[in-house]
Amino acid sequence: MKNALGDHQSLLVLGGSSEIARSTARLMVGRRTRTVHLAGRPSPELDASAAELRALGAEVTVLDFDAADVDSHAAVLGKAFTEGDIDVVLLAFGVLGDQAEDERDPVAAARVAQVNYVGAVSASLVCTQQLRGQGHGALVVLSSVAGERARRSNYIYGSSKAGLDVFAQGLGDSLRGSGVQVLVVRPGFVHTRMTAGLKPAPLATTPDAVAAAVLDGLGRNAHTVWAPGALRFVMSGLRHLPRPVFRRLPI
Amino acid sequence: MESLTGWGRTAPTLARVERPTTVEEATLAVLAAGPRGAVARGLARSYGDAAQNAGGRVLDMTGLSRILDIDLPAGTVTAEAGVSLHQLMKVLLPLGWFVPVTPGTRYVTLGGAIGSDIHGKNHHVSGSFSRHVSSFDLLTADGSVRTVTRESDSDLFHATVGGMGLTGVVTTATVRLLPVRTSLMSVDTERAADLDELLARLTTTDHRYRYSVAWIDLLAKGGSMGRAVLTRGDHAEPGQLSPAQRRDPLAFRPATLPAAPRLLPGGLLRPVTVGLFNELWYRRAPRERRGEIQKISTFFHPLDGVPEWNRVYGRNGFLQYQFVIGLDQERTLRRIVERISRSQCPSFLAVLKRFGQGDPGWLSFPAEGWTLALDIPTGMPGLGGLLNELDDEVAGAGGRVYLAKDSRLRPESLAGMYPRLDDFRRLRAELDPAGLFTSDLARRLRL
Ligand SMILES: Cc1cc2nc3c(=O)[nH]c(=O)nc-3n(C[C@H](O)[C@H](O)[C@H](O)COP(=O)(O)OP(=O)(O)OC[C@H]3O[C@@H](n4cnc5c(N)ncnc54)[C@H](O)[C@@H]3O)c2cc1C
Repeated sequence: MKNALGDHQSLLVLGGSSEIARSTARLMVGRRTRTVHLAGRPSPELDASAAELRALGAEVTVLDFDAADVDSHAAVLGKAFTEGDIDVVLLAFGVLGDQAEDERDPVAAARVAQVNYVGAVSASLVCTQQLRGQGHGALVVLSSVAGERARRSNYIYGSSKAGLDVFAQGLGDSLRGSGVQVLVVRPGFVHTRMTAGLKPAPLATTPDAVAAAVLDGLGRNAHTVWAPGALRFVMSGLRHLPRPVFRRLPI
Repeated sequence: MESLTGWGRTAPTLARVERPTTVEEATLAVLAAGPRGAVARGLARSYGDAAQNAGGRVLDMTGLSRILDIDLPAGTVTAEAGVSLHQLMKVLLPLGWFVPVTPGTRYVTLGGAIGSDIHGKNHHVSGSFSRHVSSFDLLTADGSVRTVTRESDSDLFHATVGGMGLTGVVTTATVRLLPVRTSLMSVDTERAADLDELLARLTTTDHRYRYSVAWIDLLAKGGSMGRAVLTRGDHAEPGQLSPAQRRDPLAFRPATLPAAPRLLPGGLLRPVTVGLFNELWYRRAPRERRGEIQKISTFFHPLDGVPEWNRVYGRNGFLQYQFVIGLDQERTLRRIVERISRSQCPSFLAVLKRFGQGDPGWLSFPAEGWTLALDIPTGMPGLGGLLNELDDEVAGAGGRVYLAKDSRLRPESLAGMYPRLDDFRRLRAELDPAGLFTSDLARRLRL
């Protein structure tokens, strides 16, 4: 249960090897969280993530979860909820793809959409049905500024995040009055494995900074947070630029 | 579904609220509870999540509020669990009887008083509420209602008093009353300039009074750290009243003020403003005044005069931290007071009291020693860490925190504080194997 100071006792991470998820889990375990379920495809990173959180004092269970395999979601994620209430679900899985490659290979492009959007729709609904039954809890959805406006350089990834972002907003609205919070997180460029080798965009940030923004948003009962916060204003400017101008920007 | 919180207005969760008006309706609600279980709720004066049950059912017991029997010669009352102490006082005072124990608010139910095994300013004389309960009826998980006394069913009795509603729903109870000759109090007020003086006075003179409490200024530092105002008293005798008061010596007319404003500017709850308030309040108290005649409501329930005063703490709500440690732990007490005073915790008036012998309820809070209670807005920076440190001090000294006020304790701190926790868990597992009775508090602390 969440306590009076807004600290959470249990966490379910979808995409347990994501670096933002790892940072968030680490931060939460450092405060009060003692039970963590890490769902993801079996990998050394996932095991490392579990080991790290155990060393910090958490009880960790690892769940074999494939975002693209939507038929398995109810069974796999449902299991996490049978052991006790979950205060926070962090939806952190996602693939960046390779824009140039994916433009040539429609099947690869569809896979980005399948994981980032289709998988997220299914997993979010499975989890929020459970949270609604609990009468409390939060779903944190990692969206991206890339979903705010189509960019030549990553519109396949961006469009999947755009879909997810709109879906999560609507889901949040549908859950008003249910005791369940949906928090959409829109990070900008984050230094992670996923972006290694890419040229950092202005206002680039770190997984730890995003984690702090997530907890801050949860504490304020917010429905959206940007990381860093200044992106909110940058993006609200960019969003309204005419297309011909936007196209010529070096982003 | 309704969103519920405790008095501190923190951590809301949703539950389906049932409002039974008969034991049969309560039984049906319990039997239909479903996988998220059920818990009873009285007037929700517990500060945290004790009377909440996220996703499940909550039985609002205030519809079961009939007084069933008053046995005047024996001095006992039998009433339904949802009756408030306020209602009881209204009926009983004119008859010359008073409730045996009252907390700092009259707006608690009989069921809540048993569920939390509450204490009052007379703990050093009268013990906690359960000491005066001769029997109660308990609706258990199988839907049956049992009459429980400490003789017939000792374990169940001692698991239920202070058991935070987790053994079942109390439907009715019989309580022994205190005879009084007037509805007024004779009160002595004095100031203590610092903590040492305060502890010394309470130790040497508390036994002269039935009721005793000290309001302590936790923002005062240095030489005046722990300065306090002691208010102690007894039920007044008719001879102490003025001629006007003597005309109707058992009248019960509590005063009420308008409700507190919905949201006060958050800026008021800062150490500076609170410190100023505490300063004024300390100076306002007489250095020493004897035999002042006060109403019951003024002496016991000053805050009840301002309906919904809990809104003053604004949107983030507040919590109360109350702990008890042994009489021989004065050094720990001093360290804790110092720690709070150094943190400049914006607490209006904290309360210090000397408890007498504890009662045998398994999760009952009071034990012989010093108890300190303070309200704190949850927005205070660093509060979580500070209270965790205090928990460790308290547990290390063999003390405990009060579950009826708790909203943030770590589950791992619990067993050290409540040595009979395992017995409590065992009895619950036997009596209620499916875990039908549960609450947010129970989930948070893994009771
Ligand atoms: C201003 C103020 C001053 C206070 N001062 C004191 C004090 O001096 N001393 C003290 O001890 N406490 C004090 N308290 C706390 C208060 O006395 C307790 O929290 C009390 O339990 C509240 O009763 P309630 O009817 O509001 O119960 P709730 O808060 O609704 O419920 C409290 C607990 O009792 C259980 N419960 C309620 N009804 C039943 C029932 N019928 N059967 C079984 N379980 C039930 C609930 O499940 C829950 O666990 C104070 C609170 C406030 C707001």
